[in-house]
Amino acid sequence: MTMPHPDLVAVLAGLLAVLIAASAIGYALQRRLSPDGSNAVVENLNDRIRAWWIMVVLMGLALIGGKTGVTLLFAFCSFAALREFITLTNTRRADHWALAAGFFIMLPVQYYLIWIEWYGLYSIFIPVYAFLLMPIIAAARGDTEHFLVRIAEVQWALMICVFCTSHVPALLSLDIPGYQGRNVLLIAFLVIVVQMSDVLQYVWGKLLGRTKIAPRLSPSKTVEGFVGGALSATAVGAGLSWMTPFTPLQAAFLALVIVVMGFFGGLVMSAIKRDRGIKDWGHLIAGHGGFLDRLDSVVFSAPIFFHLVRYGWSTT
Amino acid sequence: MREAGISLAGTLIVFFARFITAVRGRWDGVAPTDEQRIYFANHASHGDFVLIWTVLPRRMRFATRPVAGSDYWLKGSLRRFIGRDVFNAVLIDRDPATRTSDPVVQMTGALDAGSSLIVFPEGTRNTTDARLLPFKSGLFHLAQARPNVALVPVWIDNLNRVMPKGEFVPVPLICTVTFGAALSLTEAETKQDFLARAEAALLALSPKASTP
Repeated sequence: MTMPHPDLVAVLAGLLAVLIAASAIGYALQRRLSPDGSNAVVENLNDRIRAWWIMVVLMGLALIGGKTGVTLLFAFCSFAALREFITLTNTRRADHWALAAGFFIMLPVQYYLIWIEWYGLYSIFIPVYAFLLMPIIAAARGDTEHFLVRIAEVQWALMICVFCTSHVPALLSLDIPGYQGRNVLLIAFLVIVVQMSDVLQYVWGKLLGRTKIAPRLSPSKTVEGFVGGALSATAVGAGLSWMTPFTPLQAAFLALVIVVMGFFGGLVMSAIKRDRGIKDWGHLIAGHGGFLDRLDSVVFSAPIFFHLVRYGWSTT
Repeated sequence: MREAGISLAGTLIVFFARFITAVRGRWDGVAPTDEQRIYFANHASHGDFVLIWTVLPRRMRFATRPVAGSDYWLKGSLRRFIGRDVFNAVLIDRDPATRTSDPVVQMTGALDAGSSLIVFPEGTRNTTDARLLPFKSGLFHLAQARPNVALVPVWIDNLNRVMPKGEFVPVPLICTVTFGAALSLTEAETKQDFLARAEAALLALSPKASTP
């Protein structure tokens, strides 16, 4: 393995510094406000910071591991997300083979195509081939009850959890003149902007939030939180232009697109959770809920970011 | 060597169960302590006791023996290895005509040796649409024979979707195992009353019990 690029080392060092500061603040708050563990907000904050450590370490290892590391990490994220999504659908006995094929054939094949960088096939494999094959497998079992609903749910689960998520490692296949060997930093840029946007929207919402955007979907999302979070995350994106092939203005534009898509991703995924009467997709990440609770904004922004960069900057 | 193989197989089975089901134990009525117990659970899949075993803290895992039908678990060397050696199951003959030892005696023997038990009072896997089949009387006789051992209801949710009867490829879905409050046989309680109370305690842990 070659040494990681100095820019990547700088990014990881920066993240480490942020996390150490966050942990120190969390510790101080806990000492002052919740010495007996009774303040739910502080406890949740500390749970989240602990989970952030794990996520940053895993993400850092994957980025240092390059294409193989990143592809494996996101393949696993897809698997965990799909497991959470399918758990909440109305599948029946007759869908068993279609579901097993989704987990054990379509998911690995999609990531294999990403790994060998076959753009022509990985960009249509799920929306064309999987979408036609799944109903065929399900129909072969002869159960017609709620057929359309069942098929639609499974297809959308694959779209969100596998197809969209796989566009994060796909960023490594882009060939940007003058940027060779640094593509992992595009992933770092995407993930940092999305996650900073989530955190900053939360912070601005807590500070100034008054006007609810969609009270029925997500009572905590406010106009003030969204505008403040989007603008500050866009500024963060512009400030990170040194690690990207973009000028600061271009970086700000792409960050804004990422933030807006991420925001609506969160809203859509909330609507699904409301429909199913649950608060979190899962329980695997303490303080955050499930994988989908953390991935929802990345999922919606990844394919759009990928295509914008591909058409704007890449020669492939 | 054999010991290492058994321990490795146990670890692999637990790892596989976690990979497929991300199973979570919810201790709603009792805490995961070392107290000797009889866990009684709903039975929808051959993986049922694997999931209970997986969510038990490691030190309790090896002191907790599932009670299972010998007709299934003695068929073939792999099943025999998993059932008898890895899980250390108390294997009972479910057919009264052929059996040579009384199941209740076998179970009380295991309790007296210090083990906790996992029993499935429905007697067989539930493949119907009903959430629970009527309990067989074994649980009552066991409670009568060892009245001081706590009976803990355990609801296993979603595993029937992971691996429906007749399928051999599991579909990964999130499962939960909920442990309810312990109950014990009261004096002068009839068999019918006791079994009805135990069934109700188990059903109350089903997630569908709280949503209409």
